[in-house]
Amino acid sequence: MGLLSFFRKENKQPPVSLRDRGILVFENTSEVIGAENVLKKGGWRIRVMGPPPEIRTGCDLVIEFPLVSELEIVRTLEEAEITPLQVVAVSDGLLEPVNVFFTTDYGEFVMVQAANMKITVDKRDLTVVNISGGGCPDVPYLAAQMVGRRLDQAPEPRSIGHTLCGYALQLAFEEITRKCLP
Amino acid sequence: MFAIVGTVPEQDFPLVCGQARVSEQNLFIDNHCVAVNRGTPALLATAAKACAFFGADPPMAYLAGDIGRGGGSRKVYAYLEQSLGQCRYESITFHYIQPDVDWHNRVLFAVENMHPRPVLIADAGFMYAAKMSGQAAAYDVFTPDMGELAFLADPEAPHPFYTRGFIFHEPYRAKELIASAYAHRNASRYLLVKGKTDIAADENGILDTVSQPVVPAMEAIGGTGDIITGLIAAFTGLGKDPLTACIQASAVSRLAGKLANPDPGTRVMDIIEQIPAALKRFFEEK
Repeated sequence: MGLLSFFRKENKQPPVSLRDRGILVFENTSEVIGAENVLKKGGWRIRVMGPPPEIRTGCDLVIEFPLVSELEIVRTLEEAEITPLQVVAVSDGLLEPVNVFFTTDYGEFVMVQAANMKITVDKRDLTVVNISGGGCPDVPYLAAQMVGRRLDQAPEPRSIGHTLCGYALQLAFEEITRKCLP
Repeated sequence: MFAIVGTVPEQDFPLVCGQARVSEQNLFIDNHCVAVNRGTPALLATAAKACAFFGADPPMAYLAGDIGRGGGSRKVYAYLEQSLGQCRYESITFHYIQPDVDWHNRVLFAVENMHPRPVLIADAGFMYAAKMSGQAAAYDVFTPDMGELAFLADPEAPHPFYTRGFIFHEPYRAKELIASAYAHRNASRYLLVKGKTDIAADENGILDTVSQPVVPAMEAIGGTGDIITGLIAAFTGLGKDPLTACIQASAVSRLAGKLANPDPGTRVMDIIEQIPAALKRFFEEK
């Protein structure tokens, strides 16, 4: 008998983990309430919670949300003109996003990697020729929308992506744009 | 028979469950046609090509459309929770699906009702969920790249984007990261770490490596990792043990890459088309 079978006998519900949750921190409580209304109306699984000590910034409430959907949630809030002060992972308030870029020059092509995402451009005509890495379902979608288009004509990942992989691709996109476009 | 679970990057693609076949550049499940660019369609196309080569039944696909909002992924999770207990598969490969720990756990509960228990392989988003759930040891194979290995090695990281000390161009750290992943119970029975050198490992450390042939352009091509995982899915589905499947999948994918003679702009389907020739050459040489 596997461990899970044992666990199921003891608990009717599967174990709940907070390791895939993030926290949105706002300037004041009214912004938290406004954000809660916007996100719940949009069908997001969120909860209003007390913040951990290390990220207390004057507001006594934060919104817990599914971390993988950070990009879409932040965009939804920005469209509603409610911008969070901070977005952090629940498991460790000090976790920082990856901020190192790695560039590979293939001669006629150049590839930039940010976190787990890579974007490759043909230097001759600045066409996005490949997107690789990542594991969230918007990555194949972003690739389908961006590959084959010039860097300055491709949609930005932040405008059509939804997840942390999409956000990482946005960073790589900005870096390769900085390198390739005057 | 083996199963592959994932998503299609189309908002309106319905939940489908059926055998997957490749024709020309497209994948067909029942009467649904899917373009093979990368992601789960690339994995499925690879596995279907391998099955055709060996004269085996094609893989069973569980798919739904998802462009990152998670709705399609939740349909797949829910269907698996309800149906897996009545299924019999040699292996199940979980792939591009919105990471969700609670749904992951429900699916793993459903797998526990399967007899015999299938070989479990996880890659991409489902591997992220498996690690975050604390249930990584329930899986037989994870197929991370070096960055995802760093994520597995970090007990606090909720996603590769937040991995602390993430240095993706330092493959010499593989041994240390593998040890950390197992020490924190964030690794499956076997790991196949995909990179310039592919590394097979278990809790005792590195077991084997595959580094030839070298095809540098493959790193830039979206979907090359999906080819490796697709071959592992097919090989385990056809009865090979997981470690042998990992090593042979790595070698065959490299051969297919060499035969395609790619540049960084090559599409993954051009490499998948070479899978039958690569399988023929690999097993003839063996």
